[in-house]
Amino acid sequence: MTGVSDDVREFVSQQYQYGFSTDLDTDVVPKGLNEDVIRLISAKKHEPDWLLEWRLRAYRYWITLEEPHWQNVHYGPIDYQDIIYYAAPKPKPELASLDEVDPELRTMFDKLGISLAEQERLSGVAVDAIVDSVSVATTFKQKLADVGVIFCSFSEAVQNHPELVRPYLGSVVPYRDNYFATLNSAVFTDGSFCFIPKGVHCPMELSTYFRINAADTGQFERTLIVAEEGADVSYLEGCTAPMRDNNQLHAAVVELVALEGARIKYSTVQNWYPGDAEGRGGIYNFVTKRGKCAGANSRISWTQVETGSAITWKYPGVILQGDNSVGEFYSVALTANHQQADTGTKMIHIGKNTHSTIVSKAISAGHGQNTYRGLVKTLRSAEGARNHTRCDSLLLGSDSGAHTFPYIEVKHPSAQVEHEASTSKISEDQLFYCRQRGISEEDAVSMIVNGFCREVFKELPMEFAVEAQRLLSVSLEGSVG
Amino acid sequence: MMLQIENLHAQIGENEILRGVNLEVAAGEVHAIMGPNGSGKSTLANVLAGHEAYDITGTVLFEGEDLLALSPEDRAAAGVFLAFQHPVEIPGVGNLYFLRTALNSVRRQRGLGELDVMGFLALARERMKLVEMDESFMSRSVNEDFSGGEKKRNEILQMTVLEPKLAILDETDSGLDIDALRIVAGGVNALRGPDRALVVITHHQRLLDYIVPDQVHVMAGGRIVRSGDKHLALELEAHGYADLGQEVASDRSASVGATP
Amino acid sequence: MTTVTPTATTAPTATVAELLSHLRFPTSGPGPAWLTQARHRSAEWATMRGFPTLKDEDWRYTRLGPLLDVPFERAEAGADHRISSSTIEALTIDAESTRLVFINGFFAPELSSMTEVPDGVTVTNLASVLAEGGAGLEPFFSHPFGEHDHAFTALNTCLFEDGAFIHLPAGSLVTAPIELVFLSEAQGSPVVSNPHSLILAGPGSRVAVIETYAGNTGAITCTNTVTQVVLEEGAQVEHYKVQDEPDTGFHLALLDVRQGPESRFSSGSVALGSKIARNEVRVRLEGEGAEAAIDSLYLPCADQHHDNPILIEHAAPRCTSRQLYKGIADERGHGVFNGRIIVWPGAQGTDASQTNKNLLLSDHAEIDTRPRLEIFTDDVKCTHGAAVGALDEEALFYLRSRGVPHEAARALLTYAFAREVLDLIPSESLRTHVDTLVADQLLTDHDATGARSDE
Repeated sequence: MTGVSDDVREFVSQQYQYGFSTDLDTDVVPKGLNEDVIRLISAKKHEPDWLLEWRLRAYRYWITLEEPHWQNVHYGPIDYQDIIYYAAPKPKPELASLDEVDPELRTMFDKLGISLAEQERLSGVAVDAIVDSVSVATTFKQKLADVGVIFCSFSEAVQNHPELVRPYLGSVVPYRDNYFATLNSAVFTDGSFCFIPKGVHCPMELSTYFRINAADTGQFERTLIVAEEGADVSYLEGCTAPMRDNNQLHAAVVELVALEGARIKYSTVQNWYPGDAEGRGGIYNFVTKRGKCAGANSRISWTQVETGSAITWKYPGVILQGDNSVGEFYSVALTANHQQADTGTKMIHIGKNTHSTIVSKAISAGHGQNTYRGLVKTLRSAEGARNHTRCDSLLLGSDSGAHTFPYIEVKHPSAQVEHEASTSKISEDQLFYCRQRGISEEDAVSMIVNGFCREVFKELPMEFAVEAQRLLSVSLEGSVG
Repeated sequence: MMLQIENLHAQIGENEILRGVNLEVAAGEVHAIMGPNGSGKSTLANVLAGHEAYDITGTVLFEGEDLLALSPEDRAAAGVFLAFQHPVEIPGVGNLYFLRTALNSVRRQRGLGELDVMGFLALARERMKLVEMDESFMSRSVNEDFSGGEKKRNEILQMTVLEPKLAILDETDSGLDIDALRIVAGGVNALRGPDRALVVITHHQRLLDYIVPDQVHVMAGGRIVRSGDKHLALELEAHGYADLGQEVASDRSASVGATP
Repeated sequence: MTTVTPTATTAPTATVAELLSHLRFPTSGPGPAWLTQARHRSAEWATMRGFPTLKDEDWRYTRLGPLLDVPFERAEAGADHRISSSTIEALTIDAESTRLVFINGFFAPELSSMTEVPDGVTVTNLASVLAEGGAGLEPFFSHPFGEHDHAFTALNTCLFEDGAFIHLPAGSLVTAPIELVFLSEAQGSPVVSNPHSLILAGPGSRVAVIETYAGNTGAITCTNTVTQVVLEEGAQVEHYKVQDEPDTGFHLALLDVRQGPESRFSSGSVALGSKIARNEVRVRLEGEGAEAAIDSLYLPCADQHHDNPILIEHAAPRCTSRQLYKGIADERGHGVFNGRIIVWPGAQGTDASQTNKNLLLSDHAEIDTRPRLEIFTDDVKCTHGAAVGALDEEALFYLRSRGVPHEAARALLTYAFAREVLDLIPSESLRTHVDTLVADQLLTDHDATGARSDE
């Protein structure tokens, strides 16, 4: 029988479109990590003593830790002394306006389709652009400030709003949380900070664009979003990196805090360089993302589309502390060539009548390995907790793998937790049906896979949904003979 | 001759399903194929559409070209359309989006320009009226949660939009009530013309009251065992397949023997 | 509920080496030289590996402290037991069946009953086969320890005294189920027993085997049992297990199954007893077209802990597996489902499903469930589902509105939840037997003190 799988097997000679690097004048500290490097990073950023102390506590704890290896991904040893922990495009002193942003940098963002000029393509979306480790431009600042929303680089927030940063930094992801979060706490260089004051509905989408540009750098950004009582915000995150033969480490931390009645929607389209067809190079994307529904009736939603990185390892979770709070996780993860992903979520139900929803769609192609790992935990206090989890995996090619590792821990008899999962290969009947109507096999695969992911895509803001569909199709190119 | 099938054999593994089918269909003609379950009717339809599950020998010429050498999508572009007996559901793929992608793929292959959204919508709306389909169908996923009758009407809608030269209807009438049957037949008849041909596979004579065939063939045991005009269908309706004589009976048992 | 405190003064066994030395390993017993070697190798491996801890993924919900704290002694062969034939009768499912009885892991021929079996079929105790050299049995004891093995399976090899041996030559058929009864009895001090059974089903053969585990109320015993089943081409084996040991004891079990082409294996088990019970099942589908169906019901209440690891490996094309595990946790009971399906490269056409449903009936009970799929090939159809919840409030209300008191309505619905597994047992006598046990537990009124162990 000449199954479709034969044709599908020849998989993904993926064309990574963002693989250029830009020749920017970069300010770097020497490779390697020790207390002096941390002091140097902190000094370069003119940080207050409390923050330097916090970094050093994290560093001293980190050196006592061992790198974890329980995750279902495989990679060679990481030499933490061979990484540049601080690389920043040298800025002109004091930018008066966006027009003064380095033209090379502006060209780079134009290539990425991310416009820093406020009137262009993404108008209506405020963008904070981060290259290597440092925020280079934030748009729409004034318009946001008019309603009291603070959206700036983390470094600026430390300088200008320490009273807002200090109580929340590490309040959701403590510096002792895990190996990579601890490392990040010690060496993080920049990131975005958002603060939406009480009762404010953020008038536009906030967006951060991350870009690793310099060679041998790690990117350790830290994002903190605080939504006060009744506030509402939608935040988008996109990422790309140049093609390089060696692996680059990306160990970010994202903390979200939602007070009573607040809503935070956090969307990610992750398209870091995935490595070449033989699995050389690519980003190690080891990220800790967590939100805390601290107040009653609050809501945090994570939506992620993960198509890039050699290895993706992250579990954006929600601590459902406030009564009636809601946590959501919608995920599409595509692994092609030799990519590996171990991703999922953690929903910790503490408050009464807390609800969580998990929808995970995994696509494995070529030699791609895709693992869903999720924890749903309801504590004894979580009366009336509800969870529904739906995990589907689609396999394209007999060398691909799909793995599902849910952990469900229930301690309250009124809790209701349901988990459903399925794994199958792409349906030959669906493919034949599409082809009989004149659609090429490649387009049919792309169409069926996009349909499979639709439940997640519809959670994304419009521009991101279009971008996500396009990324998925590009990643699937060459999947059929 | 539009379609020429000569000594067509098809098997899956050791199981031979088609055992030498011969059939000629000229442009403008309607052919009905009838026959008991397991006689190979649906297999014939699938083989003509390019299903890859079968090992095939024999020749099939479509407008003089070797049809068997073409991929399913190239056959669609050449003008072969199969209305499936069991249309598959494709979750998450919008019906309208699917149809427009299909039409534009086919148009590209035929050297016609792609239709833009407005042009396509105008066409789709017009054809939807023909099969009395509500616009709400278009935003739903392809066939997902459609009733049996809705799926069949969707097949006919696709056919009227794609405008094939040769349409093969695989038991499109089964499971339809009399109103749905009338609608489906209306859609099919609207497509009839001197340049087009139809092959209608059915169990029931009643469809042939609406779509009147030029020729009726009876399949049994993987072959066409009898051909005649439309009166043959009435005869079958009255007497069943058992009266077709020794030939059918022996072929059927042979067929059963090949399918343990 | 009676609290039993170990009275012995011996120190708890902190390490495998200490346990082995405490249990006087090695003992010089009869048996082939390869077995002695295998026992030593297992002891070395277990010593090196150590007891599992919560850090082991497969043991993360099972605390072994209460077990390892007990200063167990080795059970004595031929020690005077107090088991009467009436005890055995109460555990008998079908009076006409062949029945092998083991007390603390030793064969008790005086309590066993042998009926005629077809020519060539062997149903006996394993020790008698090993005493004659145990030709061909070496691979069952000398296998290399793999990723999934742990100290307890190795300790079973070190320490086992006896168990059942069932061998069916090609095409043979045993119509009545063979009953294996394992009784544990404290002999003044807490004892550990290590039964080891082999069921070897030749090509096209058929047999049904029922394992029953029970013991004296209040006895502190540890049963560490291993049953290995091999199905050759086209063989059919039905396996059943009733675990009703006293809830002062400990039960660690491994059912290890290997299936050849077109073979069919089914297993139905019910766990009622033990303080800590771990009922592990491993099925390896090695031949094309093999089928396995594993059903299990676990009912932890009082302070019981029931852990249910299951590993199904699809290692050949076109195999089918199905799992249905249902748990009901009441009082301070803790139920764990730890299911795992692995589809290895080349196992095309795999069809695997896994279902775990749980009822949580008390504020102090806990359910943890981990239905895992690991799939390394594309042509598969795998599904799993897990659910934890309370009784359906609407159904409860409906029953009460028809006059059924609240407690009775709750018991009735709980019992109905359990029935789905029981109804899958084809043998009527066995189904009735198990049904009675389950109904006894679920339909008796549970008051706050947990009356069950006072019976």
